[in-house]
Amino acid sequence: MLSSAPTKLISDDGRRADGRRLDQLREIKMEVSTLKNADGSACVAYGKTRVMVAVYGPRELHPKHLALPDRAILRCRYHMAPFSVEVRKSPAPSRREIELSKVIREALEPAVFTELYPRTSIDVFIEVLQADGSTRCASITAASLALADAGVAMRDLVAAVAVGKVEGKLVLDVMDVEDKYGEADLPVAMMPSKKAVTLIQMDGQLTFEEFKEAFNLAVKGCNQIYDFQKEALRRHFAPKIEELEGGMSSG
Amino acid sequence: MPVFFSQRQFVVPGELLAEGNYMAGSNVYRVGNKFFSSSVGLAELKDRTVTVIALSGCYIPRPADLVIGEIVEVSMASWMVDINSPYQAILFASEFLSKPLNPLKEDPRRYLDVGDMVIAKVLNFDRTKNPSLTAKEKGLGKITKGIVVEIDVTKIPRVIGRRGSMVSMLKKETGCEIIVGQNGRIWISGKTREDEMIVMEAIKKIEREAHTSGLTDRVRELILKMKKSQGG
Repeated sequence: MLSSAPTKLISDDGRRADGRRLDQLREIKMEVSTLKNADGSACVAYGKTRVMVAVYGPRELHPKHLALPDRAILRCRYHMAPFSVEVRKSPAPSRREIELSKVIREALEPAVFTELYPRTSIDVFIEVLQADGSTRCASITAASLALADAGVAMRDLVAAVAVGKVEGKLVLDVMDVEDKYGEADLPVAMMPSKKAVTLIQMDGQLTFEEFKEAFNLAVKGCNQIYDFQKEALRRHFAPKIEELEGGMSSG
Repeated sequence: MPVFFSQRQFVVPGELLAEGNYMAGSNVYRVGNKFFSSSVGLAELKDRTVTVIALSGCYIPRPADLVIGEIVEVSMASWMVDINSPYQAILFASEFLSKPLNPLKEDPRRYLDVGDMVIAKVLNFDRTKNPSLTAKEKGLGKITKGIVVEIDVTKIPRVIGRRGSMVSMLKKETGCEIIVGQNGRIWISGKTREDEMIVMEAIKKIEREAHTSGLTDRVRELILKMKKSQGG
């Protein structure tokens, strides 16, 4: 890891600090149902950024007075492990984590059919194991996978990716150095098959033209992430397909 | 009016399933005249109804479902029952006893206490209030013998098998009584505890290997093997 500002984040031949092209994602890894005791869980890695998500619910809500008569409440906890960053982070929830928990919850809520589970709660626990930029995007991606794994009814999966502006150029899937020393950062979460954005934030400055271009790049990235998500679910559940077909022949 | 899947195709939430004059079954939602999956599962089209057979999820009570519950709370003339669902069920004394219960003279704990298990049927449930149960029909009531095992709710159809083939095989091979609750709990009662253990092992195997074909035969093999080792 670099401790001081790197001299150049994008080389003359258009390569980024880790050798990626400008519109290239990091290596994406996804795995579903990684935790035995959770109703749904997922592990997602965007390069060195790694998050683990556990979903519990829909379950009876305690304390009961928080329950809504017409829908479930979605509760989110985004937390960074003390060892996830270079300098030990206090395990107590920081202002930033509380804010991100809210932001992530609001990015997931439009996708979940909360009205199907009135008076219950759906709890999402997000643990960042290793942080190298775009943790909120990886968290949203992983949380929607875990929700699907738990069997919670959803309109669509939510895929998220961040676009940044580094040395005047737009880059896809921002990593830590680019976030720190870049000019802008634009995380976008969307329901790709609904073409609906559920989260968009911007840090730094972009011209309107740059913003449009950055947004289109983010949409492209989300669609790629979406394909990985579908693939991860298929990999986990594929053997079960045989279950029902096998049941037809052997029964 | 196109359909965008082949029968029993694997789908994920948000996948477009069909467009046109169809009806939305379970785990399917419609927007305009488009139908999408809302769950991970297998898509199916039957009589113009598009459904998705979910591969994961919790138990949501439906009227007339047979369930196995555990008493968690005793009130004046009713019991609260955990039925392995986000919603706790209520069992009124009038739906359990054949005569009225006078709470001034009798303690409801005489009949059912916390920790007791009951086999019951869901009377009604509309999600605005908790489901209510009845245990008055034949075969329902307090569990006094046997064991209860709990498995994944989505694997219950596999334990029942096609037209009950799996469960009737289990009954025939072991001579145990078996009642499969829709909420993922299965009651087993045999002549000996050993017989019950055989069924329990078999059910665990079904849950574990739910994804393989020819399971009925392999479960039968397992039962025969276990019976033999017990006899010897």
